[in-house]
Amino acid sequence: MKRTTSRIGAWVAIIVGSAYFLLPLAATFLFSLKMRRDALSFDAYKVVLTDPQFQATFSYSTLMAVLTIVTGILLVVPTAYWIQLKLPRLRGLVEFITLLPLVIPAIVIVFGYLKMYNSSALLPLTAHERSTDLLLVASYVTLSLPYLYRSIDTGLRAVDVRGLTEAAQSLGAGWGEILLRVIFPNVKSAILSGAFLTFAVVIGEFTMASLLNRPAFGPYLQLIGANRAYEPSALAIIAFLVTWASMGLIQVFAHNGRAKPKTA
Amino acid sequence: MQRKPMAITETVEQAGAPGSGATSRRRAGQALTWLGIAPFLIFALLFLILPTLQLMVGALQDAQGHFTLNNIARLFTDDILGAYWISFKVSFVSAAGGALIGLLLALAAIQGGLPGWIRPTLMTFSGVASNFAGVPLAFAFLATLGRIGLLTALLRQYLDFDLYGTGFSILSFTGLTLTYLYFQIPLMVLIVAPAIDGMKAEWREACESLGGGTWYFWWHVALPILFPSILGSALLLFANAFGAVATAYALTGSSLNIVPILLFAQIRGDVLHDQNLGYALALGMIVVTGLSNAGYIWLRSRAERGVA
Repeated sequence: MKRTTSRIGAWVAIIVGSAYFLLPLAATFLFSLKMRRDALSFDAYKVVLTDPQFQATFSYSTLMAVLTIVTGILLVVPTAYWIQLKLPRLRGLVEFITLLPLVIPAIVIVFGYLKMYNSSALLPLTAHERSTDLLLVASYVTLSLPYLYRSIDTGLRAVDVRGLTEAAQSLGAGWGEILLRVIFPNVKSAILSGAFLTFAVVIGEFTMASLLNRPAFGPYLQLIGANRAYEPSALAIIAFLVTWASMGLIQVFAHNGRAKPKTA
Repeated sequence: MQRKPMAITETVEQAGAPGSGATSRRRAGQALTWLGIAPFLIFALLFLILPTLQLMVGALQDAQGHFTLNNIARLFTDDILGAYWISFKVSFVSAAGGALIGLLLALAAIQGGLPGWIRPTLMTFSGVASNFAGVPLAFAFLATLGRIGLLTALLRQYLDFDLYGTGFSILSFTGLTLTYLYFQIPLMVLIVAPAIDGMKAEWREACESLGGGTWYFWWHVALPILFPSILGSALLLFANAFGAVATAYALTGSSLNIVPILLFAQIRGDVLHDQNLGYALALGMIVVTGLSNAGYIWLRSRAERGVA
């Protein structure tokens, strides 16, 4: 009988929780359909998707996300590999550094960039648009470090890094070849899930892009929100679908990558 | 500015000479070994550590670069203290609420004896919702609970209940907290799930065979075991909310006086017009989020020891 009561309680918790999470989504979706006065329509989506500003900022942010993912992987995979293979006593230090972006708020990090890389500094990265893009990618790599490092480190721990390296070395492979042809393929699913998570975080990011003054999707969203009525809801639904797609792809690759699927 | 390249060489040099009594050849080998993580360390220095240190130093300098505590002292005005206080309240309430509700949801899904599909669904959804923050989240809540939001309209139309007549506004403290819960709760579900998984079925059986009921088990066995994890997670949620900018900015503009918004406006050049005071503001944020994260790490290590 006790079990039944606790099961009822569990159902209540799940149903109330679902209501809280689904209600805003449903309301936003309905709201986004109300642009036409007399009937429900997808007009708001049409307006948004054909807006050249939408296309420009969305492709810009997509490009930044791809650059972030590539840079992040090239930075994190060799580091995590090397720590595992040669410098296990530094694991604590490196893990601590990768967790710092959770401690230091994004707005503080970008404020630091503006101080350190201003146009009269030693390295005036904010002076030109292209070098500011570089700074933006660096800031996104920093933001994604906690997720990316943890994902790849966990992936590497499941692999016999030492054995694989020694086998490759005895066959005459150099470090680059080992990384590219042995290590990367072995942690492919970890890399991919880190990559999609990074994409979800970066695509609509607002603080960094806005303060570095770059034409990204996040600042565009904010601008539309301040000036329009129905388009923001359509954009919120689109952003939610993008996040959902990224997370869904993580699940797909996580299940394919491991023999025994482990949830989230 | 001169400090920057020096700091890097310093790290590499230290790296080269770790052990005592090592032969020079071994030393060279060690240095090469350290080179493997040099790109990562250089990146972290350039884009994470040095920029933050520069701000901290700037907080302790006047406009001419002389040492001073004046910036810190000037944080203690009503306006700025008020901003820290509202930020603290929003972060505290959304962290406490998020931790409690997230814990209940995770317990329900993992230990509640529900159908098997509930748990993976909740986990996937939590992954999505904890990342669905920022500007789009603000839009969603405006469309739901804003002045012309759908729920607001439905309540008025069918239940004759005027939400905004009660003094509620999505642009207020309550509104912002309610919105933050949307990413705080799922984040809690994700962080606390492994701790709940760590609870062994034998504990419950042992408790029952000794005559302990359900309440006794939860209150005297499960809660003390889970407590460090719960409190630690709540501290992480607190820091998460304390540093958030985008949601609050898109939701309330600059109308709600919280620290990240104040700092955002300062950087944009809208207010204060005082760089060094801005650095002090940033330092204050790092101190708050740093303390709560340190608490999280300490409690997590305790929790790990407790379970092991």
